[in-house]
Amino acid sequence: MTKDDVKQIVLDIIAEIAPDEDLSDIKSEVRLRDQLDLDSMDFLDIVMELRKQHGIEVPEDDYPELASLDSCANYLQPKFEAKASA
Amino acid sequence: MSGELQGEHFDCVVIGAGMSGLAAAIRLAMFDRKVLILERHNAAGGLNSFYSIEGRKYDVGLHALTNYAPPGAKGLPLVKILRQLRLSRDELDLAEQRGSRIAFPGRSLRFDNEYELFESEVAREFPNEIDGFRRLVGYIKAFDETALDIKEESAKDVIARFISDRILLNMLMVPVCYYGSARENDLDFSQFVILFKALFLEGFARPYDGVRVIIRALLNRYRELGGLRKMKCGVREIAVEGNQAKRLILDSGDEITADHVISSVGYAETLRLRSDQAEDAGSTNTGALSFVETITVMNAEPMKLGWTDTIVFFNNGHAFDYRRPDDLVDLSSGVICIPNNYRYSDDRKLEDGFLRVTALANYDRWAALSEAQYREEKEKWYDLLQRRALDFLPLLRVRDKEHTTPPMVAHKAQSRLILSERTLAKDMFTPLTITKFTGHLGGAVYGAPNKVKDGRTDLENLYLCGTDQGFLGITGSLLSGISMANLHVLGRK
Repeated sequence: MTKDDVKQIVLDIIAEIAPDEDLSDIKSEVRLRDQLDLDSMDFLDIVMELRKQHGIEVPEDDYPELASLDSCANYLQPKFEAKASA
Repeated sequence: MSGELQGEHFDCVVIGAGMSGLAAAIRLAMFDRKVLILERHNAAGGLNSFYSIEGRKYDVGLHALTNYAPPGAKGLPLVKILRQLRLSRDELDLAEQRGSRIAFPGRSLRFDNEYELFESEVAREFPNEIDGFRRLVGYIKAFDETALDIKEESAKDVIARFISDRILLNMLMVPVCYYGSARENDLDFSQFVILFKALFLEGFARPYDGVRVIIRALLNRYRELGGLRKMKCGVREIAVEGNQAKRLILDSGDEITADHVISSVGYAETLRLRSDQAEDAGSTNTGALSFVETITVMNAEPMKLGWTDTIVFFNNGHAFDYRRPDDLVDLSSGVICIPNNYRYSDDRKLEDGFLRVTALANYDRWAALSEAQYREEKEKWYDLLQRRALDFLPLLRVRDKEHTTPPMVAHKAQSRLILSERTLAKDMFTPLTITKFTGHLGGAVYGAPNKVKDGRTDLENLYLCGTDQGFLGITGSLLSGISMANLHVLGRK
């Protein structure tokens, strides 16, 4: 799984939980909160959907790792790989 | 003794199928928790339910859905709710208000869903206060009322730091109190902020078919997610062992267990279900404020009679006394709602005309009446309240043809006569009706005066949501259910 795949997974989740947001021009390196109207409730949903759809656990202390698409990819890619090889 | 639920275990049981309970249960079911909602009544919605008499449908609580947010608005409660429950805006079929009014003798402040109107009205009616008012609104906008750890402060004290005219203060207090204060003659400032934003900075809307549209959307969502719901089955007892709600004993006699229990039935009401509490537990924190409401169905469109307001908050003096009256009803203040006066899409019009009038009432006085007296008092207060409402509405005039000039003479007696000729049906509910729908002690519409903002109880797996957690109105109660489910169940590792 590439980092771009991980980014797409995160974007798909955001599209599902915030269908009123325009995701066509999201910059990978910029914090999601600075580009989209997402609050802590929405981030909880991203975490919940990662668990529900992909079996990936994100402990609360690691939530800051989900700040941007780049940081999501860096943080989640090893988790997806570990999952795939398990 | 044993029924269909006997011995079942759930991840979470939600007590009460009102707005907050449904929202909490949807959130939990969305993330695959095994959830059960228990509701004692036969209809969902709690205070915001509906009923039918002779084929006509009536809403119980809903005058307006507050906190209206237009499509594309950012960060507002309504937007959060739609997202968190994954509902589409279209499902709620919301129509915006035409315009509302706060009416005092010789004074009036109009407002609608564009805040600028309200500000200009305050400037017109209270030119000396407008600067302070603007500063107050700035302070309100910057205030984070959703923080769960805010220190309590008297709303009147805070407002007095910005404006000095008592009449303006009271004109702000009437709508805010009537649409959400559980406390007599004042409220916690954070509650004032929630309501001020909900009413004046956001605004009013209503689904064409009333509150049932919202309830239906919530029930459909919950059903799609596979959530379980048991109606006409309340919780008789919460069996407590140590610091846990160990078992729930249902009205049916069934006993079930759950990892988490979220109760929307109220602070004292929840305490009194517990096996480790006295029967009168929580009596220092039960609400005193209840209402009566008259509903008049008319064979005329209110607009055509000259009634263009959506909501009118009225007060018959310059002082405003928001407390449990000594008499059955207090006619000195109240709320008039005309549900026809929303801008329904596609030019839809409600089939009948409606006039609803709400006023403060005394639960104990109503509860002490015999059945015959109850009927008699209902008749009497219906007429008195109707009369009072007419004082604050434009006079009705006879208008036979669209183009004839209305007679110059129009007075109150004529208004009453025309209204009674136009009346197709009427109903009135009292504090006892409110208890029937909500289970709240004393018909307390807005629950306990002291809210439990973090929803925690002294038991580690029992939480409160809804009215007594402290977010207000339909939007607030939905947000309450969502927040408590997130905080206490989903957000935990």
